[in-house]
Amino acid sequence: MSRTAENYRGYNFAYLDEQTKRMIRRAILKAIAIPGYQVPFASREMPMPYGWGTGGVQVTAAILGPTDVLKVIDQGADDTTNAVSIRQFFEKTAGVETTTETEKATVIQTRHRIPEAKLQAHQVLVYQVPIPEPLRFLEPRETETRTLHALAEYGLMHVRLYEDIAQHGHIAKTYAYPVLVADRYVMDPSPIPKFDNPKMHESAALQLFGAGREKRIYAIPPHTKVVSLDFEDHPFEATKFDQPCALCGATDSYLDEVITDDRGGRMFVCSDTHHCETRRAEGHVGTLGTPVTEAAE
Amino acid sequence: MSLAGFPNPVLDQQAAFRAVMQALAEPGCIVPSGAMVGEASPLGPVARAIALSLLDFEVRYHLSPSLAAAESDITFHTGSRLADRADEADFAFVDCAHDALDLARYAQGTPEYPDRSTTIILKVESLAGGPTLAIDGPGIPGTRELAIPGLPADFIAQWAANAARAPLGVDLLFTTNEAVLGLPRSTRILGEAR
Repeated sequence: MSRTAENYRGYNFAYLDEQTKRMIRRAILKAIAIPGYQVPFASREMPMPYGWGTGGVQVTAAILGPTDVLKVIDQGADDTTNAVSIRQFFEKTAGVETTTETEKATVIQTRHRIPEAKLQAHQVLVYQVPIPEPLRFLEPRETETRTLHALAEYGLMHVRLYEDIAQHGHIAKTYAYPVLVADRYVMDPSPIPKFDNPKMHESAALQLFGAGREKRIYAIPPHTKVVSLDFEDHPFEATKFDQPCALCGATDSYLDEVITDDRGGRMFVCSDTHHCETRRAEGHVGTLGTPVTEAAE
Repeated sequence: MSLAGFPNPVLDQQAAFRAVMQALAEPGCIVPSGAMVGEASPLGPVARAIALSLLDFEVRYHLSPSLAAAESDITFHTGSRLADRADEADFAFVDCAHDALDLARYAQGTPEYPDRSTTIILKVESLAGGPTLAIDGPGIPGTRELAIPGLPADFIAQWAANAARAPLGVDLLFTTNEAVLGLPRSTRILGEAR
């Protein structure tokens, strides 16, 4: 308790003032009641630039309580700049416990990934969203996209996916792949790889999406139908990798390409650092990995 | 009548909100309220805690006739204004034991902005023990059972009409002296559970 009191001296708990939190909380409740619908909210200036996760940070700040355990990931990793700075931000302003372990977290803020470990009912996943409107690059006018959502008129999106097939022979979109939520709203899942799309379907965890610059909040309640858009003769397919993780040998995780020298050398490793570390601690070793031993400390 | 606000406003509001968030995310589940305040309020302690957590000068609320005495208390603590008409309110409070319930008279939202609808906070005696109804929809794995006693006789028909308006429509929060149960517009009542 003393740690909490010390850390938010001069700031309100979790940085935001109470009136802002109430406004965001009301938006979150509407978002949950209307799955996939983008609720406008009065996004605030945060002590970081737009584009660095201000939407996610505001949603996290509005829901966070002193007993929450927070995990922050950036492209799956706990140790990248964005993740570290947001984690430290809430350590300082809310004094909450933070973790890198997916299983221990109650609130997980994420940029562009869903953790590999299956999320549980008591967990909330908060996405940072750059462009919340899936139709924005097809129709730039907000008044028009709003009408299209009101009429559930999503023909444009299907034409866009069809044009991919006409041009490339398959749907070429590999991230921010549009989904239909609860049979009603087409939604942008934020730029997660399409590899992660199936994890949103019937997830046990509540999923909240915050777009700070674009001032929208939307949500997928737990156990909600989330379908990636496709065609009968071109069904949606999650990305598959033809090799395992070079460090832990996982064949079921999303892999990042890492350039290792200037002569074409490269390796593929898990993008979810906690997943990879857990597997290596369990004794799994990939082709370029070294066994984790007590002596390695 | 003058009632105290939250002893610790920041953390109590957060706790009350999280209970409501969970209630709407898992419709039909009885969620113990994270914060309660003002047992003497006509709203009941849980509904009053929700009012003190979510209302402020940006929104308007509506009170059904039997709860009219709560006005000075709510306005004093939240700065929220009383709406003249039910369909102008962001939040409405209804006592199921004394007031008629007509979901259609509240704000339903518009096709472009379905979020501009009323959230209705209902006071009930209990959240369990009534006739059992089966519900399904987002937030519910398979089906779940709802057994709130003392609902109006035409509640199932009213709720069917509300669900038919989706994504427009009102969202309900049933409250007792201890807990809250959410029924968002996305939830369907399938009928009497067997």
